[in-house]
Amino acid sequence: MNIDSIQNGVVIDHITAGRGMRIYTLLGLDELDCSVALIKNAVSSKMGKKDILKIDAEIPISLDVIGYVDPGATVNIIQDGKLAEKRSIEKPARLVNVIRCKNPRCISMVEQELDQVFLLTDRASETYRCLYCEAKAPENG
Amino acid sequence: MRSVIDILDLSTQEIDDLIRTACDIIDNPEVYLEACRHKKLATLFFEPSTRTRLSFEAAMYELGGNVLSVSSGASSSAAKGESVADTAKTVSCYADIIAMRHPNEGAPYVASLNASVPVINAGDGGHNHPTQTLADLLTIYREKGRFDHLTIGFCGDLKFGRTVHSLINALSRYEGNRFVLISPEELKLPSYVKKDVLARKGLEYTQTTSLTEFMPELDILYMTRVQKERFFNEEEYLRLKDSYILEPKKLETAKQDLAIMHPLPRVNEISVAVDSDPRACYFKQVLNGKYMRMALILMLLKEAGK
Repeated sequence: MNIDSIQNGVVIDHITAGRGMRIYTLLGLDELDCSVALIKNAVSSKMGKKDILKIDAEIPISLDVIGYVDPGATVNIIQDGKLAEKRSIEKPARLVNVIRCKNPRCISMVEQELDQVFLLTDRASETYRCLYCEAKAPENG
Repeated sequence: MRSVIDILDLSTQEIDDLIRTACDIIDNPEVYLEACRHKKLATLFFEPSTRTRLSFEAAMYELGGNVLSVSSGASSSAAKGESVADTAKTVSCYADIIAMRHPNEGAPYVASLNASVPVINAGDGGHNHPTQTLADLLTIYREKGRFDHLTIGFCGDLKFGRTVHSLINALSRYEGNRFVLISPEELKLPSYVKKDVLARKGLEYTQTTSLTEFMPELDILYMTRVQKERFFNEEEYLRLKDSYILEPKKLETAKQDLAIMHPLPRVNEISVAVDSDPRACYFKQVLNGKYMRMALILMLLKEAGK
């Protein structure tokens, strides 16, 4: 399958197969007017299969979102059809307004204008917990 | 502004200082009669509680201070939809320190982010209750004289019991403690507490469904209530409930200096016949709670005044 290369924009590459849609949703790419391509299960020599996101516009991208979903992904900034910058990704220590707490007793469910904050409490197991109630982050938050 | 939301907000050094102050209050109450003169504690209790609110209020009165009290959410501006943040900012204008109980987990933390006076978490849902843990620690100190190299049995609802999680967290910071976790399968200690607290610190623990199996080894037995509503199956509840009732017969093999604790209120999990056993400490725990709250109020007001 061929997708045209982009002139000015962002390519999120090496996404673990199956996680592309989650990144697409959490980044709010459905709200963009420009061309956005989500390629699922692309052939990869290193990974076997991978997902790729191509965004045909120079927009700010939250590295926290990508780092939270898939720290192995790479973010390439494309300018004039060439790779201008490669950004490294890591699991963010703090996630603000990316996912919501699902604990019905959490204060973040009822308090007005309270940021949804999650902290990386265990890097080895990649566990995030709500800042307020310490509930574990939902699997598909 | 310094607040206490979680027992881990206090270092072991600070806990030692609070214990020392509480013991001094017990020995020399007259010295503290005016310690909080002209200071006001606001007790904001957005869900029903008798003992914790009375304990905070008694603590403040015994320090010579005054109390402003909201005893239920229905009678406060929260019923009109006011946010916790706004309540904290408003009450900071009237009081020097706030004790807050709230049904929503994390509400006292949000209050502490917005208040200009110290906030003490007096219980937030099933989450934290640090002053109960302080009461438990003073009881252990007064009964055992130390926090290390103890074998502590926790019995009952170890899954949802916030006092159990909090006390395990606090005791895990001291060396050589061993935990015996006594509960039905349905109410075992959550794996994240075992993994994040006990295993990470290399602490020894044993899980059992029998209240009596490890009784001879225990220095402390911390009882909690097995609640019917936690079971999916009533038959299972009926089968198990009596296994976790402490009666004099079950104490026959226990050490002579065992300390029997319970955060109260109890329903039937400790037989009334145990009350006269000199090893029963649960009413001492209530009194110790007041002394530790006095010590904590003093510490936070002193820091706020700096």
